[in-house]
Amino acid sequence: MAQPPSFTLRVPEDTDSNGQEPSPDNEGALHTSFHQLIQEQSSLIEAGLELEMQARGREDPARLTAPDACATEPGQGEEHPSYSSASLQILASMPSRTIGRSRGAIISQYYNRTARLQRRSSRPPLQQLCRAARPSLRQYDLETDPARATLEDKRSLLVKGLLNLSPSQRSHMLLTVPLSLAEKRTLRQELSGQRGPPRQHSQHRAPSSPCGWSKDYIVLGCRDLWYRLLSLLPAGQPWHYALKQIGGRFGSSVLSYFLFLKTLLVFNIFSFLILLIFVVALQAAYPPALASPQPFTGLELLTGAGYFTHSLLYYGYYSNITLNDPCVSSPNGSTCPLAAPLLPYNMPLAYTFSIGVYFLVTCVLLVYSMSHSFGESYRVGSSAGELAIKVFCAWDFKVIQRRSVKLQRENIRTQLKELLAEQRSRSRSLSLCQRLGHTAVLLLAWALSLSTVLGCVLAVHYFSEHMHVVQQDHRARGSGEQQQEAILLVLPLVVSLLNALMPHLYNLLAMWEKQDSPVAQVYMAICRNLILKMVILGLLCYQWLRWRVVCSTEECWETCVGQELYRFVVMDFIFTLLDTLFGELVWRLILEKRLKRKQRPEFDIARNVLELIYGQTLTWLGVLFAPLLPAVQMLKLLLLFYIKKTSLMQNCQSPSKPWQASRMSTVFITLLCFPSFLGAAIFLSYTIWSVRPSETCGPFQGLETIYKSGKTWVQVLAKSNPNITWLAWVYQHLVENTFLLFFMSGFLLAVIYFNVQVVRGQRRIIRLLKEQIANEGEDKIFLIQKLHSVYEQRERRA
Amino acid sequence: NPFQHRICQVFSTSDDRDDSMSFEDFLDMLSVFSDAATSDIKSYYAFRIFDFDDDGTLDRKDLEKLVNCLTGQGEESRLSNAEMEQLIQNILEESDIDKDGTINLSEFQHVVSRSPDFASSFKIVL
Repeated sequence: MAQPPSFTLRVPEDTDSNGQEPSPDNEGALHTSFHQLIQEQSSLIEAGLELEMQARGREDPARLTAPDACATEPGQGEEHPSYSSASLQILASMPSRTIGRSRGAIISQYYNRTARLQRRSSRPPLQQLCRAARPSLRQYDLETDPARATLEDKRSLLVKGLLNLSPSQRSHMLLTVPLSLAEKRTLRQELSGQRGPPRQHSQHRAPSSPCGWSKDYIVLGCRDLWYRLLSLLPAGQPWHYALKQIGGRFGSSVLSYFLFLKTLLVFNIFSFLILLIFVVALQAAYPPALASPQPFTGLELLTGAGYFTHSLLYYGYYSNITLNDPCVSSPNGSTCPLAAPLLPYNMPLAYTFSIGVYFLVTCVLLVYSMSHSFGESYRVGSSAGELAIKVFCAWDFKVIQRRSVKLQRENIRTQLKELLAEQRSRSRSLSLCQRLGHTAVLLLAWALSLSTVLGCVLAVHYFSEHMHVVQQDHRARGSGEQQQEAILLVLPLVVSLLNALMPHLYNLLAMWEKQDSPVAQVYMAICRNLILKMVILGLLCYQWLRWRVVCSTEECWETCVGQELYRFVVMDFIFTLLDTLFGELVWRLILEKRLKRKQRPEFDIARNVLELIYGQTLTWLGVLFAPLLPAVQMLKLLLLFYIKKTSLMQNCQSPSKPWQASRMSTVFITLLCFPSFLGAAIFLSYTIWSVRPSETCGPFQGLETIYKSGKTWVQVLAKSNPNITWLAWVYQHLVENTFLLFFMSGFLLAVIYFNVQVVRGQRRIIRLLKEQIANEGEDKIFLIQKLHSVYEQRERRA
Repeated sequence: NPFQHRICQVFSTSDDRDDSMSFEDFLDMLSVFSDAATSDIKSYYAFRIFDFDDDGTLDRKDLEKLVNCLTGQGEESRLSNAEMEQLIQNILEESDIDKDGTINLSEFQHVVSRSPDFASSFKIVL
């Protein structure tokens, strides 16, 4: 049981007050205990105020006399009518109020935390556990310690507490204590002065302490090294100044777009290195003997055909033999009379495995960054409390330019007004008619957008068929190579045009719709654009794999598909440039010169991020057919960064709609992972498993499917070395067997269910704790009222 | 930055109370506003900055001053009185858990921990 504080019954003058009210039995004891408490507190206050005056010279003397000054004002606030100065002093020194102010309170709070941390490592015996419903920490609280610990005592206690922790915990605790630098330095000096002896504490710690200690030292050492490295290499943080400029002028929302671009670039660099090392470089060192390449004309950069057709860029260039092998024959050929080669390199195998590892690494990186940003941005029970969060967290301290600061203020004001208006309208329930009208408008808008998507898809389908016919025509007529290749550009042009124009149409639709909350507007715009892009890409993939329309007459259809994808990537880049040019530069000129408005065009973050995702999807789709495509994408992203930044600085202003940067980043990474990467992975799997590679070109010539190459390799391996037949067994029973897949998905479902239950339990606990805190608050108000009534009665008697 | 005065007040430890900052105070300020500071420290100092009268809690007057700082001081950029009342009422409803009419440090930290944007916006980049 928690021991109630032992107070002695005193002050007989209060006893007559007992008879006036129908009271519980121990009200007399309550009164006297309060009296005792009040006396303790007032003496503490005097000591505390003295300490504060000594230790923190920057306290305003006006503030020190404020409790007295408050007494002279009869109506200080609605909830404090004529409270006496003593009670106000007590109120001012309540732990909940002093915790932010006095250094002693901070030190004692952190001492409690270190004590808690230390206790966590060794469980206290069961007898010492409090069985009260509300176990109080009064036993550990230094503030009400009758010994009246001074600042020095508290500090030494904190140092002792810190010494009992492990080094990493200690450094973390020092990092998180909100004291000034001078204080922390003295603490650290005291710690290092006292660190040698306490080996006898080791028996209180967990038994794995020797390993724990060395691990902590290693971690600390690594972190020191990393910081030193970071400070030495300014190039270790590329674009640091550019990002700072952007953040300083436009705030976190626009910055999130550029950070996303940087993330994509990093993804591409890492995964492209794999392809470069294992596939491209080796093939470049051992070029196959092919027909003489065509002369280089400028059009190749756009069409990807011509000179580039028989180059490292495409699938058709890669050989299907073991490189560096003197006996160049089919893989299951006869015995080779010559000596074994130095470093035989099986190209088809390398190709398959590199692509597989590329996708695996990308998948791992994506899932990791998605879970990381999800963990940062999602909070249990965070749906309520928008206004408070907006007011407390809305000010972006990164913004440094005067004009941007003014703009930010206007934005915040607009957003606050919108939120308040939304709340007012929510409290006013809409009539049935209005609600029906609203729903009808919503449905109509969605129907319209879906039908436009369908229309675009059909248009692309018929147009590609038409272009194919035209192409056949030209080929039959024997017109020039360049003309034939220029025709190839038309389909990508049309698709990019659709992708560029439809978002503006959706914007107009959204303006007509007039959604209430701007966040929902953003989400709907993203949805519609995404549906359009993904459906068009799906149609194109279907066409390429069936090779019914495009590439049906080619010998090497993979190279053809690779070329198509290259053209799409290049067209996408060109259209992004044009969009930036017209959408931002020309629009700004029109606004300023013609319409004479001071406003500049806004930077549409959602649309730009979706374009980035689209470009990345194209790259992932094309990796199998054009291994150098990630390099093209990297170049494109680099150029895009500088172009967008320049255009932003010259032409745009920051968006006025509210933009929750971290939640939106999570949404974008999720979009990158789910429709985009998953779609590319499905496309790749289908290609590897079911599509027949072409007969005459590429590393998988003549095989039934690309997957068969791996299978034959395992069989060859098993046959050649009888010691590793287990590999073949593993392959047959684990990889090929579908049972593994079911098992993995079942496991994943179980993990998801478990996490959902944990979150549900946490929500319940949060609700219970909130109720408990509300009850405590009522207790506190009740006690304050009683306190004041006690003082009033005393004053009246005095 | 509308909070410049409060920032100087909070971080200066000089005895003259003229809000001057020594080099160590400047280091303190930059370390709090940097990436490496935990959100605990950031919310602690944000609370101190927003507490205009330094009484350890955010009461109505503090909140009013805070909103005025955010929206601008000019006449046409302030919120109207009714809107201000509604806003403050809502904030207190949402964040004052023990219903005492003020927001103390723990409640503030609880509200702020629910917003993932706080750490990235409470940052000054060098």
